[in-house]
Amino acid sequence: MTIELTESRSAPEALTLVRAEGVRKSFGDNEVLKGIDLHVQSGEVVCLIGASGSGKSTFLRCVNHLEKIDGGLLWVGDRAVGYRIKGDKLHEQSHNEICADRTDIGMVFQHFNLFPHMTVLENLMEAPLRVLKQRKVDVRRRALDLLEKVGLSEKADAYPRHLSGGQQQRVAIARALCMQPKLMLFDEPTSALDPELVGEVLRVMKDLARTGMTMIVVTHEMGFARDVADRVVFMHGGRIIEEGAAPEVIGNPQHERTKAFLSAVL
Amino acid sequence: MSGVITVPEIGTTDRGQFTVVPARHPWRWVAGTAVAAVVILLLVSAVSNPRFGWDKVALYFRDVAIVNGIGITLFLTVVCMALGVGLGVLLAVMQLSANPVVKASASAYVTIFRGTPVLVQLLFWFNLSALYPEITFGIPGVSLDANQTITPLAAAILGLGLNEAAYMSEIVRAGIQSIDQGQGEAAGALGMSRIQTLTRVILPQAMRVIIPPTGNEFIGMLKMTSLVSVLAVPELLYSAQIIYSKNLQVVPLLLVASIWYIIVTTVFTVGQGSLERHFARGTSRSVPPTAAERLRKFFRVHSTHGSGKGGQS
Repeated sequence: MTIELTESRSAPEALTLVRAEGVRKSFGDNEVLKGIDLHVQSGEVVCLIGASGSGKSTFLRCVNHLEKIDGGLLWVGDRAVGYRIKGDKLHEQSHNEICADRTDIGMVFQHFNLFPHMTVLENLMEAPLRVLKQRKVDVRRRALDLLEKVGLSEKADAYPRHLSGGQQQRVAIARALCMQPKLMLFDEPTSALDPELVGEVLRVMKDLARTGMTMIVVTHEMGFARDVADRVVFMHGGRIIEEGAAPEVIGNPQHERTKAFLSAVL
Repeated sequence: MSGVITVPEIGTTDRGQFTVVPARHPWRWVAGTAVAAVVILLLVSAVSNPRFGWDKVALYFRDVAIVNGIGITLFLTVVCMALGVGLGVLLAVMQLSANPVVKASASAYVTIFRGTPVLVQLLFWFNLSALYPEITFGIPGVSLDANQTITPLAAAILGLGLNEAAYMSEIVRAGIQSIDQGQGEAAGALGMSRIQTLTRVILPQAMRVIIPPTGNEFIGMLKMTSLVSVLAVPELLYSAQIIYSKNLQVVPLLLVASIWYIIVTTVFTVGQGSLERHFARGTSRSVPPTAAERLRKFFRVHSTHGSGKGGQS
C-alpha cells in the first residue's frame, strides 16, 4: 500500500475540522475514490450529492474509519484517521485507538441500525456508559433531554420495532448526539423512509445545524441541501466534480454532469 | 353460458339476516379416532401384560441408587453443557477470526470432534493414560498421574463436553452470522470495542437464534449422558443396570430410568419455552405457543358447537 504524502503533514489549522487530501479507496480492482480533496470548517454543514456509485457514501464511511483509506490522508481535528504519525512514518492505529477517535464522530445510517434488543433510552445510554464510562445519572439526564429535543420523550421505554421509520431515525440521531460528538455524519438518513416521514427527520437535522454542529450529509434531498447546507459537493465517479455554496451549485450548476444529475432529480 | 352477472342490490342484503355456519373438519375426527384407538390398545397391553412389572417399577422408582443416579445425570448434563457452551462460543469467535491460523485450528477442532462418534471419544479419554501416562501440560514441575486424574467421571466430562463444544460452536456461529452487519457498524461508529460489540450488541441478538437449538442440545445431552454407563459412571442408566444385574428385573428398571428421563426432559422443555420468550423481546418473531395454549386452540377450532369465533389461525 502506498500513502501519498501531500505537501502539508502538520495538523491543519484549528478552524478546519475535516480535511481530506487526495483520499483514495479501492474495493478489489474497483477504485471507488480517486483522490478526494475536501475541507470542512468547524460549524459548517456540507451536503454530498451525486448518483449512486459516485463514492459519496464510501467517503463518508472513510471519515470514521468504517472503511480504511488506501491513499492520501484524512484529518479529523488534529488526528489523522487510521494512522499515528511519528517522524516520517505512518503507524496504522490499533483497534482501540480507532475506537477512541470514533467517539468524537457521530454517525447516522440509512437503515437506522438501532439495537433492537434495547429500549430507546438504553440505545442512547449504551455507548456513553460503556465507552466513555460516564456517570449513569448524567447520561440519563442527557439522553432524556435529547429525546425531548427530537420529540420522542414518551418513547423512552419503547423498543425500536414499535416505532415508525421516522421515529427510529430520530432516535438514531439522538443516540449519536448522546456521545457529544464534534462532527456528525449522515449517510442517506432519509432514503429508507416513507415519503411522509422524511420531513420530521429533516426538521431534526435542521435544528441540529442551527446549533452550530459540524455536519457532513450524504443526501438526495435537494430541498434540504439548498435550505440548510453551507456548501454542496457534487461527486461523480469517485471524484469531486463541483462544489460551492448551495444555491449556486443547485441553482446554477457549471459542470455538465452536475446539470444532468440535478435535472434528473429535481 | 354467457350471462350478465347480477349482484344483489344495495340494501337488499344484510349480514344480520344470515346465520354463520362454521366449517366442519370431519376427516380430522376420523383420523383422531383411529389414532386414539391405537393408543388405547397399546395402553391396555402395557397395563395387562404382567411382564412389564409395574409393581417393581413403583418399588424402585424412588430407590436411593436411582435418585443418586439422577443427580449424577443432571450434574453431568449441566457441567458438560457449560463446558460445551463456553468453549463453543470461543470456537465460534475463532472461526470468524481474521487470523487464518486461529480460524483453521477452530475448524480442525470442529471437524475432528464432529467427525468421530462420541462413544469412541469417551473411550479415548477413558484410556488417556495409555497415551500419556503422565500429564505435564508441557509445564516443568507439573506432573499428574493420568490414571488418577482421568477418573471415569473426568473422562465422561471431557468426552461429552469437548464433543458438545464442536456442535455448540456451529450453533453460535450461525447465530452471530444471522445478525445484520449494520449492527456491528453502528456499535463500531459509537466507539464500542470488538468485545463490547460482541457481548453487548451481537450475542444478545444472536441468542434468539442460538437458544432454541441449544435447548435441544441440552435435552440431547441429558440423554447422551447414558452413554457414560460404559465407563461405569453411576448415572441414571448405570444405576438401573447395577440393580437389574442383581435382581434380573431388566424391563422394570429400564422403565424406571425411561420415566425419569421423560420427567426431566419435560421440565427442561418447559424451561426452554420461557427462555425463548425472554430473548424474543423487542422483536416481532412470534414465539411458539405453550402446550396448554395449543390444546385450548385445538378445542376452540374444533368444538362441534363452535360459535365460529375462533376461525383460522
